Amino acid sequence: MIVLSDVLILAAIVFCISVAGIFINRKNVIILLMCIELMLLAVNMNFIAFSYFLQDINGQVFVFFILTVAAAESAIGLAILVVLFRNRQTINVEDLNSMKG
Amino acid sequence: MVQLSDIVVLLPEINLLIFACAILVVDTFTQDPARRITYLLSQIALLVTIGLVFFLHTGASIYVFNGTFVSDPMSSALKAMIGIYGVVIFLYSFEYLNKQDWVKGEYFVLGLFAMLGMMVLISAASMITVYLGLELLSLSLYAMVAMQRDSASASEAAMKYFVLGALASGMLLYGISILYGITGTFQLQELNQQIQMHTGQNALLVFGMIFVIVGIAFKLGAVPFHMWVPDVYEGAPTAVTLFVSSVPKIAAFAMAIRLLVNGLEPLMQDWQLILIILAVVSMAIGNITAIAQTNIKRMLAYSTIAHIGFLLLGIIAGSHLGYAASMFYVITYALMSMGAFGIIIFLSQKNFESDNLDDIKGLSDRNPWFAFIMLILMFSLSGVPPFLGFWAKWFVLKELIASGYVWVAAAAVFFSIIGAYYYLRIVKLMYFDKPERPVLAGASAQMQVVLSLNGIALLVIGMFPGLLMALCLSALL
Repeated sequence: MIVLSDVLILAAIVFCISVAGIFINRKNVIILLMCIELMLLAVNMNFIAFSYFLQDINGQVFVFFILTVAAAESAIGLAILVVLFRNRQTINVEDLNSMKG
Repeated sequence: MVQLSDIVVLLPEINLLIFACAILVVDTFTQDPARRITYLLSQIALLVTIGLVFFLHTGASIYVFNGTFVSDPMSSALKAMIGIYGVVIFLYSFEYLNKQDWVKGEYFVLGLFAMLGMMVLISAASMITVYLGLELLSLSLYAMVAMQRDSASASEAAMKYFVLGALASGMLLYGISILYGITGTFQLQELNQQIQMHTGQNALLVFGMIFVIVGIAFKLGAVPFHMWVPDVYEGAPTAVTLFVSSVPKIAAFAMAIRLLVNGLEPLMQDWQLILIILAVVSMAIGNITAIAQTNIKRMLAYSTIAHIGFLLLGIIAGSHLGYAASMFYVITYALMSMGAFGIIIFLSQKNFESDNLDDIKGLSDRNPWFAFIMLILMFSLSGVPPFLGFWAKWFVLKELIASGYVWVAAAAVFFSIIGAYYYLRIVKLMYFDKPERPVLAGASAQMQVVLSLNGIALLVIGMFPGLLMALCLSALL
């Protein structure tokens, strides 16, 4: 029998993996975009678990909104990535350092 | 059930949405390289929105769409402010885009969508509405920062802004999910009541609240979530910096009030502590780092961070007077920020941003009037009486001391004095240094008139601060 805390722990682990991915990754911007998606999916898991165990449909409705916004967000992220690659010929995170101070 | 009267409350937003979509289509088909029709329609859209906000203003709190959307005095006042500032911002930006021969319809369309997002955020009565408004605002801003497609620094700034912004909204969502799991509601008022009943589970609620505060702090640009601010301000074209630095701060203030005050007020003891740390560190890092900058846009970015620290002080005070002082502060700050970037736009020429400290040397020899306007702006930003910036700081500090946080107020005054150095350095460069660039680009008559009014307003409203304060008090009591 799966209880609420099992799902919450799984979601928390996935969330931590994605945050760690954003901070540790120094190579590729596309991996950052994947980590952002993973993070939103971890949150979705949280919402669905709460919604199921609270017997309240609102949480699942929120998940639909998050999924829609996540799609728009990755579209904009990839568009910025294309512009960046055209200007710099690189998508290495370490090379994004032209501004300092 | 959704009724017709519900839709009437939403009319300003509906109007702005229809205009933005229509302008997008018109802009695609217009042949005019100067995009005059796009610009004029955008201004009309904002004026109609301001008119509708005034017309629908009732002074009561009306909850519509099953308690997800609210129209109250605060939402009307802030929406009207965003509309008025939007008109001025579009005027300055049109001037800038014309100077650079780079008029883009996207700027106005994205600007209108961002303002729609701000209006939804300001009127949010449920965490779903907060999230949707925030994302509409943020996604428009990411695209705006990246709009100058051939600029390496703009696309780098946009990428940094995007990744950090997405991280922050992920954090905010995680916090919302925890709060939902404990209370079983998204509606902010119900959340408030539920928290008062669940006093035993404070630790979990605070855990969720911390994630929510991370989201708010990122949107405001408070230390330690400020990393995007200097890069975006410096990398983006000045017209976009002007937009990012002014009206979204008003929306972020509204977001803080909605979530922390309307939703999480029973946890005030806990969020006050966190905000005190954020505010003091923001004022310290902002004011001290700004001294080392040679780029005016980057210097103003650190000055923003310091001002955000001050803005948080009013919320920390935790009384309605404190929130009103904070609202006064954010309205004043947006006005000063618009003026400062307006001057940079006024001085810019084609392919020359005029954003270095050297470029402003000897401005009083070349153009005494606008040197005087810049002097007003800098005095106001540093908080010299009788300008408006002084009153903003005064009201915030007064409420903070009334709530018993004397040491925080002392720290705020200390860091403001450090901050005065880099504002007054600009005055010194303008009045006592020899110009390095004798040529000065002109600006259109309307730009000169509005920019002058922007500076004079700081002096005139500064003479009668009671009027603006009365508006803020009526919005929050």
